[in-house]
Amino acid sequence: MISKINQWMGQTPVASEHGELVDHMLGFVHWFMVVLFIGWSTYLIYTFWRYRACKNPKADYHGASHAVSNQIEIAVVVVEAILLLGFAFPLWSRQADDYPTSPDTVKVRALGEKFLWNFQYPGADKQLGVWNPRFINPGSNTMGRDMSDPNGADDFVNPATMKLPVGRPVIVDVASKDVIHNLALVPMRAAQDATPGVKAHMWFTPTKTGTWDIICGQLCGPGHANMKATLEVVSQEEFDAWVAEHAAPAPAPVAGVTTEAPIAAK
Amino acid sequence: MSAAATTHDHGSDHAHDHDHHDIGFWRKYIFSTDHKVIGIQYGLSGLVFLLCGFMLMLLMRWSIAYPGQPVPGLDLLNHLPILGPIVHEMMGRFAPDGVINGEMYNMLGAMHGTIMVFFGIVPLGFAAFGNFVMPLQIGTIDMAFPKLNMMSFWFFFLSGVLMMVSFFVGTGAVQTGWTMYSPLASTLNHSVKNVFMHGHTVWLTAMVFNISASLLGSVNFITTAINLRAKGLTWFKLPFFCWAMFVTSFLLLLAFPPLEVAAILQLVDRVFGASFFLPTGLVEGGQALDISGGGSPILYQHLFWFLAHPEVYVLILPAFAILTDVIPNNARRPLWGYKAMVYSVLTLGFLSFLVWAHHMYLTGMGTMMSTYFQITTVLISVPSVILLTSLMISLWGGSIRFNSQMLFASAFLPMFGIGGLTGLPLAFNFIDLALHDTYYVIGHFHYVVAPGTIFALFAGVYHWYPKMTGRFMSDRLGKLHFWPSLLGMNMVFLPMFVQGMGGFHRRWYDGGKAFEQTSSATHWFSEFCSSFFGLFGIHVEPTLMGLNVVMTLGAVILAIGQIPFIINVFISIKGGKKITNDNPWDATTLEWATPTPPPHGNFTFEPVAQRGPYEYSVPGAPTDFTPQWVDEPGSTTPAVATETAKAHH
Repeated sequence: MISKINQWMGQTPVASEHGELVDHMLGFVHWFMVVLFIGWSTYLIYTFWRYRACKNPKADYHGASHAVSNQIEIAVVVVEAILLLGFAFPLWSRQADDYPTSPDTVKVRALGEKFLWNFQYPGADKQLGVWNPRFINPGSNTMGRDMSDPNGADDFVNPATMKLPVGRPVIVDVASKDVIHNLALVPMRAAQDATPGVKAHMWFTPTKTGTWDIICGQLCGPGHANMKATLEVVSQEEFDAWVAEHAAPAPAPVAGVTTEAPIAAK
Repeated sequence: MSAAATTHDHGSDHAHDHDHHDIGFWRKYIFSTDHKVIGIQYGLSGLVFLLCGFMLMLLMRWSIAYPGQPVPGLDLLNHLPILGPIVHEMMGRFAPDGVINGEMYNMLGAMHGTIMVFFGIVPLGFAAFGNFVMPLQIGTIDMAFPKLNMMSFWFFFLSGVLMMVSFFVGTGAVQTGWTMYSPLASTLNHSVKNVFMHGHTVWLTAMVFNISASLLGSVNFITTAINLRAKGLTWFKLPFFCWAMFVTSFLLLLAFPPLEVAAILQLVDRVFGASFFLPTGLVEGGQALDISGGGSPILYQHLFWFLAHPEVYVLILPAFAILTDVIPNNARRPLWGYKAMVYSVLTLGFLSFLVWAHHMYLTGMGTMMSTYFQITTVLISVPSVILLTSLMISLWGGSIRFNSQMLFASAFLPMFGIGGLTGLPLAFNFIDLALHDTYYVIGHFHYVVAPGTIFALFAGVYHWYPKMTGRFMSDRLGKLHFWPSLLGMNMVFLPMFVQGMGGFHRRWYDGGKAFEQTSSATHWFSEFCSSFFGLFGIHVEPTLMGLNVVMTLGAVILAIGQIPFIINVFISIKGGKKITNDNPWDATTLEWATPTPPPHGNFTFEPVAQRGPYEYSVPGAPTDFTPQWVDEPGSTTPAVATETAKAHH
């Protein structure tokens, strides 16, 4: 197993679908590094020992043949080309371009501020309402939700814990109120800067239930080391029950308005 | 060209003039225009700043390993007459009980990075060795613009003083990392009335002076290398040292202006309330910040990294420069693949301008941009590997003498190897997101610059010290310096990879206490360290958090290891073994053709380069070195400037 070497180096177990691919590629790179490093070190130790002045008093003007380094260079270039073309490009384009569109996609907004995270969830309509910093009110509207947006009517906010169902793709909107934070989800192998004024996203699919630290990965001030939140991946049933418990009641249908479009007469 | 030729024609006359002409203490040692004095000035200040940056690091490591415990010995310092008030102003105001908190730690961290990069390594590697050695190696009497050279040093000195003063202004030093990202840098302590007594303002002002000093230096280096080479010293007879310094100068010249612009714009944001890097709608503690808005924080990152990636090569190229002199000299055979190295260093210099955004994968990047920066980043590893393997292959067939400088040079090769190799996974966007800003990255770049560049700088000090002073440094103290340094460096930086893989992020003043699930994880390496140090009665937790204690112990060993070096530098000035001739290492390049120490004007004869710079162990030659300046192998008489050589020039 290629990614075993990562665990040997101390990596935490992976808990997301694309994370397996990250670890696989990282394992490949680590093996390549180990081979090169052992090769170089063996060469160096042997050379230091064999060509030390007391053993080899007369140096050779011509030294090694030129073919040696060419072969090393070509090997390095070939492996790097494989890494780029075989792994790096396709994997990144999968991550950056192929956002999940299936109806079971979970949407969450993570809004960072000094030194905590808030998470906004859509209710039954599965649509997040928009936000704008000018609506922020420390008492009644910590996330600056735009209350006139019908999509946001049944949204709810959960501080400090991001709860997700296992096995479903998640799209996280990552935003910040004040300075740059970073939503670092180590077991998901995902991280995204929360830059004020920038609309950013990331996505992943959790594959395991569990509880992990959410780390702020970008220096954000004196409290940076304590900017902690919790990632909780739970079963689908538990997640549904939790959403039902927290979701704001959907707005009552307004009388006189039909939900279906009128059929034009022929 | 005509100006250069004129300088040459009068070169030897000048040398005589200055020998007999006393210019007085101030002009000779303080406000000197002599490249060698300026080089030594830069060198001593660089070493002092390295020590400052290192001490800040010791405080940080204490806080990481023993969070919440007061720094030992601080009480004692507080009671000393002059040092006491200084320590109080620097630390006591922010950490009255001697316990380093987040605020204090961030000051230490930002200043450690700034000082090490801009005030320690660049001045020592580029300005000190470049200034002292390069004009000698190209066989000229001084730099092209000696007064600019003096101005460069004094701008640098002023910037250094300002930077240290920033600890003592109202808000204390900057707390926002050496990267100084907006909006944090621009909005932290936003409400302070006197913007001029603000750590961030002072940092920016100091950087503007520091950058100006670098620009003056780089223009001077480029002009000197192009115009003032000795007769016969064609580009491909030029030592690689000069090539590397030449490329480094271009990096400084072309990369620093964007940062200077960014610093000035950030200064305008801070002092005059502009918003170049501040977006609309910043809210802090529920209150909208009083800023005009409309700027871009990402733009700042682009400007910063457009400098800061080439800056990485500004840190490492002088190291390669030094090693290409130290390794052939002590392996007693020519540099292997000299031409390939020259082409590599030129390619490296060019590519270094095209890779900056790999520091910004975290901002979120589309496929096109990501593909571009991954390609350039991987491409740049090719010339880097050529440089490193050429140095290694140079050893093959040598007759290696392991003096102090060679020990440091030898250790550089595998240590820089670790630093370079661990950069590879970080080049790929997909993987980088899992590792960015973790200790894996910290380990990576510290292996490049600490046991990498700094070891090469030590090698340079041992190598050129006899030329500067006429005496050798003690080889025994050199070995006492080398072995603890090697051990300490690895104890500090190796566990970082394990922590980084485990998800430890940088800039945690308490070493990760808050992230219990991450920091309480165990691993075979942390368990091994726990039982190993247990044998010596040192308590180390078997968790990833416990590795913090191991690294701090490593830092202490590293600190102790520097004591022999400091002693060595000072006592060898008067007490070192005297050199018996002007070329004590049996070297081949032109700096060893000068009297020791070289007088103002450098050469007693007009040097003419007869051959390449690395003619060691030439078959049939009577000695194992054939200097560039002698007329034929084995002779000691310098070649005379012939008409053909003159015509060439």
